Amino acid sequence: MTGWGNIVIQGVLIGGLYAMFAAGLALIFGVMRLVNIAHGDLIVLAAYLALIATDALAINPLAAIAFVAPAMAALGYGLQRGLLNRTLGDDLLPPLLVTFGLSVILQNGLLELFTADSRRLNAGAIEIASFQLAEGVWIGVLPLIQFVAAIAVIGGLQILFYRTALGRAFRAASDDPSVAQLVGIDNRHVFALAMAISLAVVAVAGVLIAIRTNFDPAIGPARLIFGFEAVIIGGLGSMWGTLAGGIILGVSQAIGAQINPGWQILAGHLAFLFILAVWPQGLFPKIQG
Amino acid sequence: MPEPLLEVRALDAHYGDFQALFGLSLAVSAGEIVAVVGANGAGKSTLLKCIAGAIKSRRDAIAFCGEPIGDLAAHEVVGRGIALVPEGRRLFPSLSLEENLLIGGQLGRPGPWTLERIYELFPALAERRHVPSSALSGGQQQMVAIGRALMSNPRLLLCDELSLGLAPIVVRDLYARLPSIVREGTSLIIVEQDIVQALKAAQEALCLQEGRVALAGQSATLSHDAIAAAYFGT
Repeated sequence: MTGWGNIVIQGVLIGGLYAMFAAGLALIFGVMRLVNIAHGDLIVLAAYLALIATDALAINPLAAIAFVAPAMAALGYGLQRGLLNRTLGDDLLPPLLVTFGLSVILQNGLLELFTADSRRLNAGAIEIASFQLAEGVWIGVLPLIQFVAAIAVIGGLQILFYRTALGRAFRAASDDPSVAQLVGIDNRHVFALAMAISLAVVAVAGVLIAIRTNFDPAIGPARLIFGFEAVIIGGLGSMWGTLAGGIILGVSQAIGAQINPGWQILAGHLAFLFILAVWPQGLFPKIQG
Repeated sequence: MPEPLLEVRALDAHYGDFQALFGLSLAVSAGEIVAVVGANGAGKSTLLKCIAGAIKSRRDAIAFCGEPIGDLAAHEVVGRGIALVPEGRRLFPSLSLEENLLIGGQLGRPGPWTLERIYELFPALAERRHVPSSALSGGQQQMVAIGRALMSNPRLLLCDELSLGLAPIVVRDLYARLPSIVREGTSLIIVEQDIVQALKAAQEALCLQEGRVALAGQSATLSHDAIAAAYFGT
């Protein structure tokens, strides 16, 4: 039985990473109804930025987060303010198309700069460190750090959203953008801050996943789909639901991989489809319709 | 004569090809209540939206405290000291009552209005401060909408259809609070379909008809027949 216990725990730990992908997506969809198709490619971009930082400064990739997260946040602010704000309106399609185009540009730009070689960030000895939780149940230190980081990020977003003035402005602008302006909120600025926070989360997630698995310029869409699935399993608008969604996805994949290594990804998609069929609103929906 | 607080000069407004306001002018002095009445589609709400910056207009078409503000965005106009209570109240449903008030005050404009003062003005709100705004009665929602606007400490408060969908006794109660708002140095423009209520509260009145001023004067001196004629265009 400990074999299965191990598998579930590994699934839960990787689920935290998926939840972090998803939290960034959920944040910007929640605040400005923007579906960011380039989200996965931005995760990959963050990994390459971390690669540059680790090579140039000879630092651990975990320390590189201190550079990559502010850089991605600044990029997010500029991207939203300069480009994506112009696509927002009653129609969901323009931001979808523009971010799709952005995704193509990012993939090809990364390919041009970094070639198609598969890369990985090297975090050193911490990668293989582990400890025994119980008889036969081993926990890797790095996956545990990743999971704790995911919980901290999601908890932080929850507090930001429901306990701070900025969170209040986020919710107001989400409820009714035109009235939000009438109470003095500059939506363009608030939306840009939301994208900045989203991409800072992306940076953390992107670096952590790049320590764990290989990445190349074309891997973004595969990351994106896990993020989407976690958001939809959890239910739109609920941060803790997103964490639950990520964990369900991670555990399904781990179980699938145990049955047959080829079933890992498929099992995650099947779990997603099953939940979508039975609870179309997700498990913890907050945004209706 | 002192310079008016707000001066609208030859204001035009368009929705696409449709022109809603034609060369409209009006002035509001400090400490004054001006009523704007008129039939549906006369341009009353459009006028308020233009002043509040929700619809941009010619830069010099609207002057506030002597400065042109016609081309400012809505969030900048709030910073100058003009707040709108929108038609239909339009509270933020995912925010609690108190959060709706707090978000009105997030610009931090100095002035007399604080959470405590709003709860003094509308005692019914104090005990329900943590209730989701969507769970409030219509009258309470209207109080919150007024409170939210006051929290920005405006020098000019624009009220669009305060009486909409409310029982007459609730409307009377709301209008009874307006003098305490004016006492704090805020001027008001009230747009209403309920003419009697609006004229009683206001010193000056303006009747719009198809985007033009059909009648203007001191509200006490306007005769019922003149208003009826201006209202219906007979």
